[in-house]
Amino acid sequence: MATTTMTMAKALNEGLRRAMEANKKVLIMGEDVGKLGGVFRITDGLQKDFGEDRVIDSPLAESAIVGTAVGLSIRGYRPVCEIQFDGFVYPAFDQIVSQVAKLHKRSDGVYTMSLVIRLPFQGGIGAIEHHSESPEAYFAHTAGLRVVSCATPEDAYWMIQQSIDHDDPIVFCEPKCRYWEKGEVDTERPPHGLFEAVVRRPGTDVTVVGYGASVRTMLRAAEAAESEGLSLEVIDARSIAPLDLDTMAASLERTGRLVVVHEAPHTASIGSEIVSALTERCFYSLRAPGLQVSGYHTPYPPSRLEEEYRPSVDRILDAVDRVIGFES
Amino acid sequence: MIGEELVQLLTPEGERVSHPEYESSLTNDQIVSYYRDMVIVRRICTESTSLQRQGQLALWAPIQGQEAAQIGAGRALAPMDFTFPTYREHGIAWCRGVPPEDMLRLFRATSNGGWDPQKYRHSVPTVVLGNQALHAVGYAMGVQRDGAEEAVMAFFGDGASSQGDVLESFVWASSYNAPIVLFCQNNQWGISTPMSIQSKIPLYHRAHGFGFPGVRVDGNDLLAVYEVTKRALDNAREGGGPTMIEAYTYRLGAHTTSDDPTRYRIDAEVEVWRHRDPIERVKALLVREGTVKASYFDEVAEEAEGIALKLREDVLAMGKPDPLTIFDHVYADAHPLIEEGRREMVELGVAGGAH
Repeated sequence: MATTTMTMAKALNEGLRRAMEANKKVLIMGEDVGKLGGVFRITDGLQKDFGEDRVIDSPLAESAIVGTAVGLSIRGYRPVCEIQFDGFVYPAFDQIVSQVAKLHKRSDGVYTMSLVIRLPFQGGIGAIEHHSESPEAYFAHTAGLRVVSCATPEDAYWMIQQSIDHDDPIVFCEPKCRYWEKGEVDTERPPHGLFEAVVRRPGTDVTVVGYGASVRTMLRAAEAAESEGLSLEVIDARSIAPLDLDTMAASLERTGRLVVVHEAPHTASIGSEIVSALTERCFYSLRAPGLQVSGYHTPYPPSRLEEEYRPSVDRILDAVDRVIGFES
Repeated sequence: MIGEELVQLLTPEGERVSHPEYESSLTNDQIVSYYRDMVIVRRICTESTSLQRQGQLALWAPIQGQEAAQIGAGRALAPMDFTFPTYREHGIAWCRGVPPEDMLRLFRATSNGGWDPQKYRHSVPTVVLGNQALHAVGYAMGVQRDGAEEAVMAFFGDGASSQGDVLESFVWASSYNAPIVLFCQNNQWGISTPMSIQSKIPLYHRAHGFGFPGVRVDGNDLLAVYEVTKRALDNAREGGGPTMIEAYTYRLGAHTTSDDPTRYRIDAEVEVWRHRDPIERVKALLVREGTVKASYFDEVAEEAEGIALKLREDVLAMGKPDPLTIFDHVYADAHPLIEEGRREMVELGVAGGAH
């Protein structure tokens, strides 16, 4: 096993490089992805090595980044679009929802929408407005799309390659506040399938599910809970749409208690979906209602207040206490 | 509005006129053949309107008045070129070989597409205004990367010319020198929205601002549309980059069968354009030059009747699709929610064949 230590940013860069080496049809397109290497340097050095025809610095127009990727996809290319920040994806929303999601169907399967839309998402970097949002539910709601999120460098390395190889369009959510965190990456074989949830820490009392930046927060909450004698099972959902409900239900049937963690407002969110779907599946195993720890129903706050807004270890532990203390 | 900048090679009276930059290259056989195309496409259109009135189609988007724009452009295309239509490009679809019954699947509400876009090199209908212009530019960027001598054509109307996607497609086409023709049929009306609200300048002037040529052609002149389009396509294939063509025409009918144009435009305006009818114009040319026997026009009309009759039969035979097809081709790969939905429908016993 060849393991290397690298940051998530480097892992994504290496994953993209490997995908481009493996398939000449893979293209990268987006704002500042060439010489600059992207504002987060995820595409650093790729234009130099693969040329301007394959790493395309685009005009500043998100709808066009995705819309032209659709045309390239029809032509047989596999474009990887970088949307610079989560809050800038909305100009492309029409193309993503009306075209990317529906052209395979509209063409009776003739067109393959083999494109990836990379989306740095979630908060935690002290940014100004529109740079810290969690828009994943908009895309998860739309039939025809798949949505995934990496939480570790190893997943970043493999999931980006798996997404590029996949024939369905994938919105690839990257927890930007974890870009600079290091981890072990096995560069020989992918440890998991793209749409599998993974138990990051086994436990017996409460099932805690989340994705992206929330995974590390959940693991810290689990450490803190352990000191209080509580055993949390931490599940990294990884695939936001479709959800790997089998893995989550298997855990919940043992623990009977569920807390879901994410940064979006909770109404009509991925958290709502997980609680609802698992309640339906595991109703007789539940010992308390499933709870969400999420952002509040407000615009993402000025970032001096973001740690009060984002799910914290304390807020997760509070929810854990509530599901433990619930008496029917 | 029609100034001297309009490229015209055939007057409304069917007289050939010269133009400093363009000259008709069409042989008599081609003109005769494209006349037939226009008559057939109009007949398909009137039959489809009847079918809608009789409750057999959910909707129809007529093209009466725009036949020269579409047949002229459609016949200028080379076989390997690729076209991205709206929902009103029946004439283009006809030129690409799409069977008439396939054009009507969208309007019969049995499909959201209707034909194999790769087989005919004619993409599926796009209903959201302007989205397809970006797809066309992206496809053209692919052609460029493949080093292929192919051109791409995007269709849109005066209505969509206000859409961000169309304007973004101009930026991209220009920046990457994409092998594309941006073909705008300016039929003067976006449902009830007149050109005066869409643009304060002639639409083709916009192209110059984006850095590539724009040409306004008489959209009711088959000869001129063909030449202007052919030159733009040749230029694209040779690496000369994009051209915008504004085919200046008129929608003689309603926007769709759901529309009532008497509420927003006056008959006198429509009458003016009836005198510029694109089909009558070519017929006048053929008569004037004695290109065909007098019986030819009846023969074409008869052939068109036959096509319309067959279309009617084909459409009436188009039953309700199997409900389980709802779940086909949503994803290329297996998906648990698709399997769940399909299973539920089977268990409810609603799945069945055509009825």
